[in-house]
Amino acid sequence: MQRTQRSLTARLLGPQNRNLWFWVFVGPFAIGLALFTYVPLAWSVYLSFFDAHNTVSPTHFVGLDNYLSMLGDSAFTSSLWTFVVFTLFIVPATYALALGLALAVNRLRFAQAFFRSVFFLPAACSYVVAALVWKLSIFNGVRFGLANTVLGWFGGDQTAWLSTTHPPWYWLVIVTVRLWLQAGFYMILFLAGLQRVPIQLYEAAAVDGARAGWQTFRHITFPALRATSVAVVLLLVINAFQAFDEFYNLLSDSRGYPPYARPPLVYLYYTALGQGQNLGLGSAGAVILALIVAVVTVAQARWFGLGRKEA
Amino acid sequence: MPISRRRLMASGGSLAGLVLTGGLATACGSNTGREGGGASGAPVISQWYHQYGEPGAEQAVKRYAAAYRKAKVTVQWRPGNYDQQTAAALLTDSGPDVFEVNGPTLDQIRGGQVVDLTDLVSNDVRGDFNPTVLAPKVHDGKVWGIPQVIDTQLLYYRKGLLSDAGVEPPQSLDALVDAAKQLAEKLKGKKAKGLFLGNDGGAGVLGGTPLFASGLALITEDGRVGFDDPAAARALGKVHQLHAEKSLLLGAPADWPDPSAFIQGLTAMQWSGLWALPQIKKALGDDFGVLPFPKDGPNGKPAVPVGAYATAVSARSKDKAAAKAYAKWLWVERTDYQEDFALSYGFHIPARTSLAEKAERLREGPAADAVRLATEYGYAEPLLWTPAAKVAYQDALSRVIKDGANPESELRAVVRKTDAELRRVRKSA
Repeated sequence: MQRTQRSLTARLLGPQNRNLWFWVFVGPFAIGLALFTYVPLAWSVYLSFFDAHNTVSPTHFVGLDNYLSMLGDSAFTSSLWTFVVFTLFIVPATYALALGLALAVNRLRFAQAFFRSVFFLPAACSYVVAALVWKLSIFNGVRFGLANTVLGWFGGDQTAWLSTTHPPWYWLVIVTVRLWLQAGFYMILFLAGLQRVPIQLYEAAAVDGARAGWQTFRHITFPALRATSVAVVLLLVINAFQAFDEFYNLLSDSRGYPPYARPPLVYLYYTALGQGQNLGLGSAGAVILALIVAVVTVAQARWFGLGRKEA
Repeated sequence: MPISRRRLMASGGSLAGLVLTGGLATACGSNTGREGGGASGAPVISQWYHQYGEPGAEQAVKRYAAAYRKAKVTVQWRPGNYDQQTAAALLTDSGPDVFEVNGPTLDQIRGGQVVDLTDLVSNDVRGDFNPTVLAPKVHDGKVWGIPQVIDTQLLYYRKGLLSDAGVEPPQSLDALVDAAKQLAEKLKGKKAKGLFLGNDGGAGVLGGTPLFASGLALITEDGRVGFDDPAAARALGKVHQLHAEKSLLLGAPADWPDPSAFIQGLTAMQWSGLWALPQIKKALGDDFGVLPFPKDGPNGKPAVPVGAYATAVSARSKDKAAAKAYAKWLWVERTDYQEDFALSYGFHIPARTSLAEKAERLREGPAADAVRLATEYGYAEPLLWTPAAKVAYQDALSRVIKDGANPESELRAVVRKTDAELRRVRKSA
């Protein structure tokens, strides 16, 4: 009896106590992950089936009511559209700008490190701080705002950038702040990609009579950057899904958030965590959003063949 | 998803809420303001306030707390998104015992998160509280929060600028629309505007005020939607006109609660709080006056929004009796402290009528006008006006003002939403 027990312990520990050491090293992280990610995740799914006003331990089961009212809520569906429009714009724009910067910096013969740092620096700035700088100094609506001062030189009227809905100038503010913050980071990824393109390809192309410039870019550089491009687009889409910081800091005030340019996370934040405290409804919205994110990401990964071996 | 919720909590933060992260971190940590039991064995009470801007207020509330003998009271002064912080803290055991709240909301009361305080407010004392601000603290005949001080909002105008432009202080909404337009045209050379209703054009701060000004209500006395009426759409249409005629200041660096835009001459009129009055008086001397939101239509009457932060007791408090006793001591019995808190740090109207009548500072000039207007025309948002209904209304108001959306169809959607909310709270009541 004692012998089998000992052998059971020995078996549990594994050869050279490998199992023990596995759990010693992985355990703390796994516990943290379970406690702070999976438990709240599961709890949120649980909450989404209850009428959970101002409580996280609800008793009133409502089935799919929260899901139905969320999907029938025009504010939520319009927030999804806001987000789609934002993604359709910001992903190609950041992609093009970052690639352009990378190509330009890569061609530099001197001061390359300097320009690389200059363009990368904004990535170190917090979204909150950048949003406040954009809101309070560059794009404020009064005569001494930077954008309005520049407009004034050309005789333009002062514009209230964030509160004009016709035309929707607020998009200019939101998009430029994100471009400024993000482009440098993706530029670095592209630079790394560019430096991995074998120089022989260019030499061979030159021998074959390819002209430098567009032709070389179209047929050599761009295809060679495929792996980087896939990663960049995927990261950009995920980042766009998580859009919250600059929207919230640019447009919210003490009384809430305007009904335009309101991405889903901002809307859910007000539903679940603001004065509304409707945690059930907010959770249902979060589950819907998570499903959409999952479907889009899987579809995208399939489409691009993410993780497929390079030929 | 909780992941993203945590993320956004960690990264969110409004202008005032830059410190939200810090606030939440303390809310989640062990620093609840409740220290281990006092050596003397006296109960320990944790009390929360939101951060008041006025210098001295924090020291004052700490002084009151220190003067209490029957328990050890620790005060937390919380910057950031206070409503969200308390809402989150009330779900846990580490929240406050006694806290001030911009409410309590109907769902906080119905969810059993706050304690019934009716027995703290005996009948003769109850009559001394300003009835307009006490009403939203009462549900099912029970008192759930003790009003601390009254805050109110008014229309400030520059006397000099108005008389230069030949404009009388507006007494009706139509007159306000005309005045703002004339002033904006007159001040165009100075790149200033006629009226400032906040950077969103008024959608946030005005709330139900235009409805009350046209003689309607948000929720009627018998608990029905109070703005299902053509007069509501008419009033909101006029607010849109202000925006459409470019009379409004938009995009000021400091929003409506701050009088900077008014003082700096970016606007001739501004909607702001009573709290801004001392600052305006200091900068402009006698060159300003106050007005209510002007009336609209034949049944209209001027409207002045009033509200009060209230003291409430958490249902999760470990010693509810001690917490209630302290709340009663400070906010019912110690009228000297209540007076000091309302009048010595910034500018509020005491929630007790007897104190408001005594107050010297509120007896002359624009301050006296403000008190009179708040008493005569004050309205408070009713308890049944739930956050969900409010968001729907605010969205509609924003679309009407800025996009020129049809006020009638926008309001119809809000009426439906409000109706659904009223049915929800009645059903499970």
